[in-house]
Amino acid sequence: MSLPGQLSVLFPLASGLGASSPLAAVLPASDSALERLPLTLRGLLTGWLPASWQWLANSLIAIVVLIVAFASLFALLTLAERKILGRVQNRPGPNRAPLPFLNLRTYGLAQPVADGVKMLTKEDIVPDGADRVLHFLAPIALLAFSILTLAVIPYGRLLVALDLDASVLFFFAAGAATELAVFMAGWASRNKYSLLAAMRALAQLISYELPLLLSVVPVVLMAGSLSTSVIVERQGEWWLGFLPRWYVFTPWGLAGFLVFFVASLAESNRSPFDLPEAESELIAGHLTEYSGFKYALFFMAEYFGMCALCGMAVTLFLGGWQAPLPFLSFIPSYLWFAGKLLALLGVFMWIRASFPRLRIDQLTRLAWKFLVPLALINLGTTAFWSLTADWAGLLQPLRWLIAAGLIAGPFLLLGRNLSKGLGPRTYRYAA
Amino acid sequence: MLGTGLLQGLAVTAKNLVGSFHDPERYVTMEYPEVKTKLPENYRNFPFLVHDDPKDPLGSLRCVACTICETECPPQCIYIVMDRDEKGKALKRPKVFDIDISVCMSCQICVEVCPFDAIKMDQHYEIAETNRFQGLLLSREQLSKSNAYYHQLHPTEAAAVDALLAEQKAKQAAAKAAKAAPAAKPPAPAAPAANPPPPPAPSAEAPKPPTPPAP
Amino acid sequence: MTSPAAPSSFPSGLPSSPGAHVRAVHDDFHGDLLEVSMGPHHPSTHGVFRMIVTLDGERIVRLKPVFGYLHRNHEKLGEQTTYLASMPYTDRLDYLNSMTNNWAYAIAVEKLAGQAVPERAEYVRVILAELTRLLNHTCLAGFLLQDTGCSGTPLMYAFREREKILDLFESLSGSRMMCNFQRFGGCRLDPTPEWLAAVRQLVDGYGRFLDEFEALISGNEIVMARTQGTGVLTPALAISAGVTGPMLRATGVDYDLRKVDGYGVYPRFEFRVPLGAHGDTYDRYMIRILEMRESIQILRQALRDLPAGPILDPKAKNRGFRPKPGEAYGRIEGPKGEIGFYLISDGSPNPFRYRVRPPSFVNLTILEDMCLGQTVADAVIILGSIDIVLGEVDR
Repeated sequence: MSLPGQLSVLFPLASGLGASSPLAAVLPASDSALERLPLTLRGLLTGWLPASWQWLANSLIAIVVLIVAFASLFALLTLAERKILGRVQNRPGPNRAPLPFLNLRTYGLAQPVADGVKMLTKEDIVPDGADRVLHFLAPIALLAFSILTLAVIPYGRLLVALDLDASVLFFFAAGAATELAVFMAGWASRNKYSLLAAMRALAQLISYELPLLLSVVPVVLMAGSLSTSVIVERQGEWWLGFLPRWYVFTPWGLAGFLVFFVASLAESNRSPFDLPEAESELIAGHLTEYSGFKYALFFMAEYFGMCALCGMAVTLFLGGWQAPLPFLSFIPSYLWFAGKLLALLGVFMWIRASFPRLRIDQLTRLAWKFLVPLALINLGTTAFWSLTADWAGLLQPLRWLIAAGLIAGPFLLLGRNLSKGLGPRTYRYAA
Repeated sequence: MLGTGLLQGLAVTAKNLVGSFHDPERYVTMEYPEVKTKLPENYRNFPFLVHDDPKDPLGSLRCVACTICETECPPQCIYIVMDRDEKGKALKRPKVFDIDISVCMSCQICVEVCPFDAIKMDQHYEIAETNRFQGLLLSREQLSKSNAYYHQLHPTEAAAVDALLAEQKAKQAAAKAAKAAPAAKPPAPAAPAANPPPPPAPSAEAPKPPTPPAP
Repeated sequence: MTSPAAPSSFPSGLPSSPGAHVRAVHDDFHGDLLEVSMGPHHPSTHGVFRMIVTLDGERIVRLKPVFGYLHRNHEKLGEQTTYLASMPYTDRLDYLNSMTNNWAYAIAVEKLAGQAVPERAEYVRVILAELTRLLNHTCLAGFLLQDTGCSGTPLMYAFREREKILDLFESLSGSRMMCNFQRFGGCRLDPTPEWLAAVRQLVDGYGRFLDEFEALISGNEIVMARTQGTGVLTPALAISAGVTGPMLRATGVDYDLRKVDGYGVYPRFEFRVPLGAHGDTYDRYMIRILEMRESIQILRQALRDLPAGPILDPKAKNRGFRPKPGEAYGRIEGPKGEIGFYLISDGSPNPFRYRVRPPSFVNLTILEDMCLGQTVADAVIILGSIDIVLGEVDR
């Protein structure tokens, strides 16, 4: 075995984007130049290096590209979120920040720049009596863990920074650590609101990791692999020659996707589960005592986490970088992935604009009494689906019906149980 | 079913999101410094003093320094000193007329109680000063605005006030004439308009002849 | 250490002494209690209000409201100035509802002086009061839902509609919020036909807005989970605490001054009084929504029947006004509850005694009883559902 080969075992990052990747064989020979564009560019940059150095250069490039791409996506997302919130609320959103040195407003596109300048120039305040080390480390830890989760998502046919065999496991291990950082921030701030937020964050973590993981198990079961690249490959076939075989288009996949989606809203501390930073109750929760660039880091980490979870949802259920229809395959895979990712992020923002916040006990009840049982039942349904894979002819609709019933029945029952005693009321009028 | 209410809510927000691009009912923001709303005629902000002769803004003030507004002003933001000649005779005009608009609460009571229609409400709202004491204390030089300006702000109200003042003036002239020549001819009804216009809308009271201020 | 009683989940009937639910602050078994000072600078206390809450985990075991940060001597000022000069000050009590504040004060003074009011003015007052009710309840629904954590969307929709009413107030009285419009014996100005047409247009469109708002919120499972069963107020406690307005009616007590006193021309209008059954936050929210629908009915009738005539009694006197010695209490059903003014005259231009009965202040007194056993998140929305304006609480 050559040295690079051994290294690629030791450092899976090397094989991920390496030309020696096993996935290279998957790539059709007729692939367009556009599809290969990222690889071609990388080849231009690192091709002149000796082979034993290429893996290092390639992984560095992957890291830099990921961070730069998602940092700029973060900038755009903050603007997009405020714009969408504004439009939903019948107002324009930020539209005034001019481009630097030009008096051009450009629909507020320069707003992230203005925000960045503002954040950087603000005073960095550490409360008296706070745990200075933890207070400093919390945003960094949060950001670091969020970035780690971005590494295992396949952004295109060959674009995965870290192609692990157990990348799904890696993703959730790194993702769970972010709540620890929130707890660090809440504890270190020496503020009662922050402490309450930290307690809430932990309760939320314990409650929502479980449905999140349980909703992924069916996918792993059906794909037969924990590798994200393989999972996406498995969703690449067509029904009747033109319908995509994404997992979301099966009964168990749809249920799993919905559970995953709700749980990822909670994991990324987004409305309606933004309890740790409930601004109407806890001022800003764990962010109360943060200012300036540390605050910006928290914000960045929140968006990175959101992107990672949406990317994972796309990978697991929405066919990853696969095109929705065969004749659309000429569009490069990374563009399909980006489109799906942005659409899901848009739904996140839409939900934020629409819903109020749950209470902490209702949040945990939703997880334990609704999402976890539903995910477990979904696991059983998936087992049924996988066992009946050879049903054909008239049995095929029957298979769909049974699977759908196995999902819908528990959903209705659990939903009724969850909303017991709640409902629209009729009112009487005084005589 | 669990979730239907949530979907309904999502539909409403989606409708507003799309509607904000084509429906003016769902995009109500006015971008202030560039776009300004048209102020309604009744809009009031801070008081100003009306003068009749643009060439002599301080000499032709309608104000006679009777201090009714000073007494009635709820937050006591008006300060008036009557002008007097060397002998100490009152000249029926203010020497000092200051309004502290940092105290003024724009209630318009000074306008209502003024029997001479001398003080009216301005509509200039872009007031910002670097000096919060002297800058917001308006003297009579700053307060004095022409009758034309008043017409521009409150056209209908100003027209009614002008008609009323003309009527009063004519009455006074007639009374004087009648006094000067009591035997010459009987006093004629000297109103210029046969049908006097209705009393001015903003002043709730029926206009009274000038009376000395209450002690 | 003796084992103290666990905090009771809901207060029922009359409360025992405050603090009866509280266990020791240091308790080796249960852990320590946490005292959090929410306010006066807190996003959800509706102004400069402060709640000192003692928490067991997230449950509230004690709540001490602290107010007075906005005290500005309103009642003493009223005794130092003339009757008319107090009128603009009443705008500043409950700055959302200056029209009804004006009206309540005008009614008190009219009672004191035996002043008659022309019929047209009575109708205009009803129109303005019901517009104010729409404005206040719309704002309340927006604020309440903002407290539950909506990212501003219901609040912005509420403000969108509120702007329309404020525009009407501005074009009539000259000011959006500090209207200073009512006078003793009528109103300051006569509304023009164009203004009345604008009101008619607004009233016709308001039902549509309410439908949309309810589609967004009333059936929302999260809102129902948050508000149903939280902050329960019993009728007995509400009555003994003097709670009035929609808060009282949400507990099921039929008490609406528009029906009880029948002041103004209200007996001529056909309208119903919605009553709640549970007395929780959801009822308090829904009662206000239903009241808005009734207000629309009243507005339609008032606009239809508006008679011609003077708007101000010609004999009315605002300057140099000296009522005979005596006392009077005038009250109306404001949007927040019974707003009343108590005046004693000694025959001088100033009232000898001037006292306000502020509905938000009286309704606020039972905050602790509603919050005990609930979580911090509930305390915020319970406070929101009381509908306080600190200008009126602190006076």
